[in-house]
Amino acid sequence: MTDTPLDSTAPIFRAGTSDAEIEAAAFKVIQRRKRAVFFWQIVILVGILGIWELASNQLWIDPFFYSSPSGIIARLYEWITEGTAEGSLWFNLWVTMEEALIGFVTGSVAGVLVGIGLGRNQFLSDIFSVYIKAINSIPRVVLAPIFIMIMGLGLASKVALAFIMVFFVVFANAFQGVREADRNMIANARILGASNWQVTRTVIVPSAMSWIFASLHVSFGFAIIGAIVGEFVGARFGIGQLISIAKGTFDAAGMYAAIILVMIVTLIAEVIMTLIENRLAKWRPQQQNDMQ
Amino acid sequence: MQQNPSQAPAIELINVSRRFVSPTGKSLTALRDFNMTVEPGEFVAVVGPTGCGKSTTLNLVTGLAKPSAGEVRLMGGPVNGIDPRVGFVFQTDALFPWRNVIDNVMAGPLFRGKSAAEAQRTAKDWLARVGLSRFEQHYPHQLSGGMRKRVSLAQTFINEPEILLMDEPFSALDVQTRTVMHEELLRLWAERKASVVFVTHDLEEAVALADKVYVLTAGPATVKSVYPIDLPRPRVVADIRYEPRFIEYCRTIWEDLRDEVETSYRRASQAA
Repeated sequence: MTDTPLDSTAPIFRAGTSDAEIEAAAFKVIQRRKRAVFFWQIVILVGILGIWELASNQLWIDPFFYSSPSGIIARLYEWITEGTAEGSLWFNLWVTMEEALIGFVTGSVAGVLVGIGLGRNQFLSDIFSVYIKAINSIPRVVLAPIFIMIMGLGLASKVALAFIMVFFVVFANAFQGVREADRNMIANARILGASNWQVTRTVIVPSAMSWIFASLHVSFGFAIIGAIVGEFVGARFGIGQLISIAKGTFDAAGMYAAIILVMIVTLIAEVIMTLIENRLAKWRPQQQNDMQ
Repeated sequence: MQQNPSQAPAIELINVSRRFVSPTGKSLTALRDFNMTVEPGEFVAVVGPTGCGKSTTLNLVTGLAKPSAGEVRLMGGPVNGIDPRVGFVFQTDALFPWRNVIDNVMAGPLFRGKSAAEAQRTAKDWLARVGLSRFEQHYPHQLSGGMRKRVSLAQTFINEPEILLMDEPFSALDVQTRTVMHEELLRLWAERKASVVFVTHDLEEAVALADKVYVLTAGPATVKSVYPIDLPRPRVVADIRYEPRFIEYCRTIWEDLRDEVETSYRRASQAA
């Protein structure tokens, strides 16, 4: 996708070499480089896991606390085939995902709506800015015990926590995105005949979109944090609860296994988000460099 | 809707002043006792030193800004908000970067409640007129500066404005492209004579295009003098600059403008 300059590793051509030959050679160089990057990524992964396994095996580190890759894989396998202490792994994973997804969707929709609303209305934003700053300065996780107390051990308290974590990030970005919208572009739309609502829909929202998407990338992670912290504080099921139980039984492998599960899920969500963003932002010139 | 447009001037600014008040309460006068009259179908250019308030005059005519004192009248009636008969070409790119060329051009008719089919038909027509039919599906960032400017012209002209305001529209283009755009503008304008106010800091551009050149004073801006430009139309902008009368006009107006430019420059360097 990207234009790569023909650097010194590319062969030097005699005069009269056809464009096709030059392109083929350049393509080969690019492919070789991609393979080299991938090769080193694998080497580093294997190296770290190997050292960990060896260190744990040779008792350089205490396997009781640090576990080992093989121990973690065994625990994952056990969870998958036999289920966890709290029922099937997939059920627990689903519980956490459900909390995070509902919190993420509601939080980001609310964040976008409030952000655009306040961004478009100077008077309201002057009034509310002080409250938003105040609430924003509360570390969100301290709300977990309160939500659990009010809403109980079930879904609602975790959704609320995930919601509040997502909301402020998305809100701040949507608000900023609206403020950064080009004044000339707004004036242009208005003179071309756009009503206030048309300006919002055709100028404000699209120009805030790249800001909003930047926040959505991080905020799915925040939704997961909200769900898991909620589960730490009090829950019956979920990945956070699995980690909590593993901690209670000094099951290091279980804790690492749960972490890896969450990592995989968040990575998948990130990839999906990037795909959607690339579809929506095809007008952007710098887009071609993004995936590399 | 004003009837009888042939009688009233297209644009009238009568003793207009415009002050800005900063949040700390200090006021700054951009325009003072400003008078201007543009007849229907007349092409007026406004020149003046940088930052003297040229753009402010245009904002008053669009209705985006209100005068602090005085009156702005369009076709004999007062300005109430943004007037649908006005079209505006901006100095910088005001195209919507997330829309392709044809969607940009279609924006005006769609905002004004035309059907999508009709908007598309007229947009294609206008793109053909500015020579961009092959680029309908391109996004603005894929076009050169001159091509983007043509899209802007099509986007503005599609609404068939009776009053066309241009705020240094070609100042960001290179000299060759600018000359081409001058020809293009005069050609489009001649088809359907709108009343034009063309703000520029380029005196030759002003003389080459306009029927009347307004020279403004250094800020707060007021009209220093008005020069009717009696050069025959249709004009060939690339050639007109070598005609003795053109050079004569430029020299006369520059004599007048130079004092203001120097005043403005002196103030800027004192402030710094």
